[in-house]
Amino acid sequence: MNEKFKDSVVKSSRSLGNSVPVLAGVVLLVGLANTLVPKSLYRMVFSRNFLLDSFIGSGLGSVLAGNPVTSYVLGGEFLKEGISLVAVTAFLVSWVTVGLVQLPAESFLLGKKFAILRNIMSFMFSIIVAIITAFLVGLV
Amino acid sequence: MMEINKSWYFLFVVVLLYVVTGFFGLNIVLSSLEFAWKIVVNIIPVFVVVFVVMLLVNYYVDPKTVSKYLGKSSGWKRWFFAVVGGIISTGPIYMWYPMLKELKERGVNYGFISTFLYNRAIKPALIPLMIYYFGLNFTIILTFVMIVMSVIQGFIFEKLEEGGELR
Repeated sequence: MNEKFKDSVVKSSRSLGNSVPVLAGVVLLVGLANTLVPKSLYRMVFSRNFLLDSFIGSGLGSVLAGNPVTSYVLGGEFLKEGISLVAVTAFLVSWVTVGLVQLPAESFLLGKKFAILRNIMSFMFSIIVAIITAFLVGLV
Repeated sequence: MMEINKSWYFLFVVVLLYVVTGFFGLNIVLSSLEFAWKIVVNIIPVFVVVFVVMLLVNYYVDPKTVSKYLGKSSGWKRWFFAVVGGIISTGPIYMWYPMLKELKERGVNYGFISTFLYNRAIKPALIPLMIYYFGLNFTIILTFVMIVMSVIQGFIFEKLEEGGELR
């Protein structure tokens, strides 16, 4: 077998394998939340105001970190619980574009001002992206 | 001694939560496990596709090539390479910071770096999973909107840098 192909198999397996424990944990946690958390709680947190909901979604996505796969599983379950598409989209986008956990490394290597500004801007952009996406999805 | 990956601690804590919950009612644990199992069964086939796409990207995309194109391109082409480079780059983000730092020192501006970083959010390998959860329309629209916004963000950073705001 070609050496490059072997390396790619190892790299891909490792990349997917590394996300398995977190993903398994998230899936189990979603299962537990589904049984224990009353559906009315989601409706209390998310107000049905698209701007406020997307702000809450973005905030949640910015604080949490990890493989995007985890955000898809969580986002998919949020949608099933009746949370608005705009809030879920903001959550998905900020999860991958805002990196509070990586901020120290980004500041150190690319400059403090750039890193802070980029994260603040990405947070605001996640809300804008969510609103535009939800609007366009509604049109299609 | 073998180092335990930190992500296992998270799984351990969740398992512990299940054990504690079990003391309050075994039926809660069983119905939670049943719900979690349904999710697993649904996403396993999608993961096979994710693995194949990941394999293809890892096989055909070389970070050195990405770096070469990002560093030498000009005009609208640069935005194109920043977008494509961000999309096809794999692995954790911190692995790319040193390359981006080097590009910065070679004269690539913050605009292109921010566009590159923004597009790392779009991962071809994960698109099947996104389609599974949110549908094809949503996936296409979100990807398109994110690409447009990444260039807008890059443009803003370019202007900020030209105005000396990032010094």
